[in-house]
Amino acid sequence: MSDLRDLYQEVILDHGKAPRNFGHPSGANRTAHGHNAMCGDTIDVFLTVDGEGRIADAAFEGQGCAISVASASMMTEMLKGKTQADAHHLFEAMHALCTGHEDEADLANLDEDTADRMQILAGVRQYPMRVKCATLAWHTMDKAMNHTAKQDVSV
Amino acid sequence: MTLATVDAIHRARRINGFDVERVRGDFPILARKVHGKPLVYLDSAASAQKPRAVIEAMSRFYEEDYANIHRGVHFLSQRSTDAFETARAKVARFINAAKADEIIFTRNATESINLVAQSWGRKNLGPGDEIVLTELEHHANIVPWQMLRAEKGFEIKVAPIDDTGQIQLDDMAKLIGPRTRLVAVSHMSNALGTILPVREIVRMARAQGALILIDGCQAAVHKQIDVQALDADFYAFSGHKLYGPSGIGVLYGKYALLEAMPPYQGGGDMIDRVTFARTTFKEPPHRFEAGTPAIAEAIGLAAAIDYLAELGQSFIADHEDDVLAYATERLAAIDGLTIHGTAAEKGAILSFTIAGAHAHDVATILDQQGVAVRAGHHCAHPLMDRLGVTATARASFALYSTRAEADALTDAIGAVKRIFKL
Repeated sequence: MSDLRDLYQEVILDHGKAPRNFGHPSGANRTAHGHNAMCGDTIDVFLTVDGEGRIADAAFEGQGCAISVASASMMTEMLKGKTQADAHHLFEAMHALCTGHEDEADLANLDEDTADRMQILAGVRQYPMRVKCATLAWHTMDKAMNHTAKQDVSV
Repeated sequence: MTLATVDAIHRARRINGFDVERVRGDFPILARKVHGKPLVYLDSAASAQKPRAVIEAMSRFYEEDYANIHRGVHFLSQRSTDAFETARAKVARFINAAKADEIIFTRNATESINLVAQSWGRKNLGPGDEIVLTELEHHANIVPWQMLRAEKGFEIKVAPIDDTGQIQLDDMAKLIGPRTRLVAVSHMSNALGTILPVREIVRMARAQGALILIDGCQAAVHKQIDVQALDADFYAFSGHKLYGPSGIGVLYGKYALLEAMPPYQGGGDMIDRVTFARTTFKEPPHRFEAGTPAIAEAIGLAAAIDYLAELGQSFIADHEDDVLAYATERLAAIDGLTIHGTAAEKGAILSFTIAGAHAHDVATILDQQGVAVRAGHHCAHPLMDRLGVTATARASFALYSTRAEADALTDAIGAVKRIFKL
């Protein structure tokens, strides 16, 4: 049970229950659809990238477990104001953390709050069957970021 | 406890016909712990655990009698061939087929259905033809037909379910008509536990001259199957759900139908005579078993069938009904929990959702307490769409399941509610 409290921390339960940035902003100009074939979770990520290449707005819609919804919700909060390169860096760090390659996750350049939140999400690495729940939103975001036409992602 | 008391308990168990604690001792894996907790295995509908009798029969076969079948004249090849064909005969008796040659060994039930689609379907279905499925089918009884439809251009009709998860015969009757060539239905839903009125469905199909394929993956585990009484044309099931090994499945087909069907895979062991100009094929069932089959797995499946016969299938069914009724009562009493599948005729499956907790979170939390359930779409996307959910948690019960395990499930759901503050 104590292990489970690490996975289902207050912040995860909170974001899972009341996700932030949930919806489809009309100005979104980068979007991708993500799908986890194993469990049926789906997500649409909507990014609004401004003229200087910064993420002015990030939002999502979708259905999934507490981990996947919380991960998407926390991700959208972290993305606002980031450049495309920053966003890709976050994706790589998240992926490394969740797959047990902490040494490859370059967290040094991240602010403390972002690094802490990523570590909380990465608690999922103790549950290999659930890693994709946490990473689906991030894969989808990374794909959206790199294309102006709508993308499909399967994990 | 006095000897007289012990004797009385034993007598009571014999009268009851089924001693679940003794039976559990036959399954070595049930003694193990998971995350430091005793294993409560409630995922038998995905795959059942194996009794020692099956494990040992396969080991013994490998240690004493193994060789390839239908090929060598040597001693071991003969032993192996005999054991394989004896297993076929045993499967035939298990479902009361008219003869052993009506039993085709496949990899699993999925392959059994694909065999019918690719052999019978490819030859017999075309534009203007219709087949009828139901809304609760497993993907294994949907996708093979869609793949063939893309090539052959026939139509697929789908019988709806009602809110209890049962098929309404009136709806079925509207869909089965003169164009219907095949009705392919599950005998028991893997996701809901619903037992379908297959006898009536067979009669409807017959009245319109259509063939009937029954996916018996779940039903063969919980009910005594008599393919002749059912008058099924094809009946498919798998070994691994029946306490046998994975890697072996069964397709029963009426012999006259099998005789008229072309092979769907070519290779060794299925031919009569090969020249580069032309090849002739063996009679069924060998025509449909190209290449070296799952030999030890057939022996294992036969051992599982012997084991079930020894326990008595009707005793097993009574025991499972008891555990299902008890578990249903316990879960129904939980606030915020919805049971999906409430048909009057049900096998030992309980599908549920908890308001405020996704099925995957539920399954992870249960797992940490040693309780193994399946969470997800159960390979039945159309059914999940009909239920309006993306996933359910599913507890499935087997001959070794107990009321105490239903209690453990209930307690573990309590932990879900505590963690999610529900």
